[in-house]
Amino acid sequence: MTLPGGNPEMNAPSAAAPDEVVWEPVVDDPAVVAPVFDELTRQRTKEIISRYPQPRSALLPLLHLVQSVEGFVSQDGIRYCAEALELTTAEVSAVATFYTMYKRTPCGQHLVSVCTNTLCATLGGDDIYGRLKEKLGVGHEETAGEPGTVGSITLEHAECLAACDLAPVLQVNYEFFDNQTVESAEALVDALQAGEKPNPTRGAPLTDFRTVEMELAGVFPDLARSVEGPSVADETLRGARLAADRGWRAPSMPDSPPDLPALPEKK
Amino acid sequence: MTAATPTTPPGPDPLTPVLTRRWLSPRSWSIDTYEQLEGYEALRYALGKDPDRIIQLVKDSGLRGRGGAGFPTGMKWGFIPQGSTGPGAKPKYLVINADEGEPGTCKDIPTMMADPHSLVEGCIITSYAIRANFCAIYVRGEALHCIRRVRHAVEEAYAKGYLGKDILGSGFDLDIVVHAGAGAYICGEETALLDSLEGRRGQPRLKPPFPATAGLYASPTVVNNVETIASVPAIVSGGSDWFRAMGSEKSPGPKIYSVSGHVERPGQYEAPLGITLRQLLELAGGMKDGVPLKFWTPGGSSTPIFTAEHLDVPLDFEGAAAAGSMLGTTAVQVFNETVSVPWAVMKWTQFYKHESCGKCTPCREGTYWLELILERMVRGQGTEGDIETLLDVCDNILGRAFCALGDGATSPITSAIQYFRQEFLDLIAAQPAVAHPDQLAELSGATA
Repeated sequence: MTLPGGNPEMNAPSAAAPDEVVWEPVVDDPAVVAPVFDELTRQRTKEIISRYPQPRSALLPLLHLVQSVEGFVSQDGIRYCAEALELTTAEVSAVATFYTMYKRTPCGQHLVSVCTNTLCATLGGDDIYGRLKEKLGVGHEETAGEPGTVGSITLEHAECLAACDLAPVLQVNYEFFDNQTVESAEALVDALQAGEKPNPTRGAPLTDFRTVEMELAGVFPDLARSVEGPSVADETLRGARLAADRGWRAPSMPDSPPDLPALPEKK
Repeated sequence: MTAATPTTPPGPDPLTPVLTRRWLSPRSWSIDTYEQLEGYEALRYALGKDPDRIIQLVKDSGLRGRGGAGFPTGMKWGFIPQGSTGPGAKPKYLVINADEGEPGTCKDIPTMMADPHSLVEGCIITSYAIRANFCAIYVRGEALHCIRRVRHAVEEAYAKGYLGKDILGSGFDLDIVVHAGAGAYICGEETALLDSLEGRRGQPRLKPPFPATAGLYASPTVVNNVETIASVPAIVSGGSDWFRAMGSEKSPGPKIYSVSGHVERPGQYEAPLGITLRQLLELAGGMKDGVPLKFWTPGGSSTPIFTAEHLDVPLDFEGAAAAGSMLGTTAVQVFNETVSVPWAVMKWTQFYKHESCGKCTPCREGTYWLELILERMVRGQGTEGDIETLLDVCDNILGRAFCALGDGATSPITSAIQYFRQEFLDLIAAQPAVAHPDQLAELSGATA
């Protein structure tokens, strides 16, 4: 079908069409990327990509890696991932902006996430978040203090953190602080601001936001040590303990695995 | 016919720790403890056997998916095309959905922290059965300590020869990668999870084709929940009759019930499928401070709420459905009389609105309006027409959204209006408006 008078583009203001379009780089000085993402990061990038059958699967871990270097995901970080995976920056940006854990502005030394989903909120999560907002003078995904400096804190309200039996909960750098109160949360934030690192209820000893982002990328500085961090709360074990106390158990298994069933006759 | 051997007592005990049976052991997450407690014996038994007979075993066991939908696991595995030509010739993948995030759900995270090797062993047996040589465990990013534990378990398993090339001399190869998500509830939907694992925005895919034929990298893929796969070693060791000695004919086996909220002793209780809330409350020490029960979810916020009328509903797939809800993830959130139903529903709706991926219009626009209407109501500015509008919007989402997130977003609203319409009306009648935050605090009973 022919449109009247040709096609819509013909009505557009005429522009000199070069034979070959050369896109200007988004960042004026390409060299700024290099020092931030050093040789070690590039090496880790290669290792992460090599874990997957297809390179693009490494994008989520690589964005975590970028956050571990930059403290957030900058345009440089987007471009770094795009280059590493031979994607466009648009493709990487689309992913980086979709997920809540990728932060687009510089984060504090610590990220404090308060669960304000229904159950935690009912048991005090809203009060905790409200008090911390007031105390730190910031809102959702805002940072108190100079980002990256000791004691700086980025605050956010989080969706259900899957620790409902321990409600209300909050996380610092994704380590769990269970059964919180307004007072305990305030004391925790005071300690963080003073440069201390209180131990989480469940999780490894506190480090900082950048270090845990590296772990999320799959690069563990000291897994043998961090894996030892406690994980069980009384709540976790209640059912198992109650069963042990009362002598309740699952039916006994046979001494050796029974024969696998025969296959039904094929038609 | 239910299978009962002469040695089986008349009924199982109230609690039947299978998945949780190692949790009390010191360093239960280490391979040493796991091996001392029969760990990897099921794998040794399974390797070298006919993979199809392992699939048949899981079919016979009646194991149903523990991620919420309850699809028969063995049947899912059986859908994977096999053979050296055609679709069966493609590489096959196992993907573990460990993106636990449904409000109220907190069973997979303790499982992965306390006993990651049961998951790893389950992954190896399952991969062997479906003939996959690559398995990805997609763990929710916020669950950092689980990621450490599972990653550590995988490394231990490699070191012991349970993973890698020629596992235990069987000729079977398997690699497992532990993959961290990045904060998106929608990635718990299996096709969104696959897109996310491919390095894209986590948005659900149109089905069919189903993952069994076109999953990860468009290859045949099984996506299973953590609790499902962690059950597999026990099924191999115990057999299908043993598994079926717990639970009901159509919902066999043990299940971790996560009891949270206004109860004396919230926690994880592993019981045969079909336990009731009345029994769970008894185990959990009853309602906190004796304040009566008002409403509860049987399996997360996406399952329609229940009330005190439903104390004796058997919590298995059929029982919950027959009573008008769903078993979901057996995330039993208990709320007492101090909690405002419209407020709770508003909070859940804010969650769905935030987590809607934006791909389809009914869910994206619907959750947006639902949130606004509910917030207005809770602010004390609702109208009687709002109730009908809410139901109308829900009707336009349910069954019309791209995936189950949209359907789930309507569940708390329609069920709350079904059981607590008068409370919505009273709230509307209680105008004039009260300042937003004050009323929120008052309604939530948060200071109580």
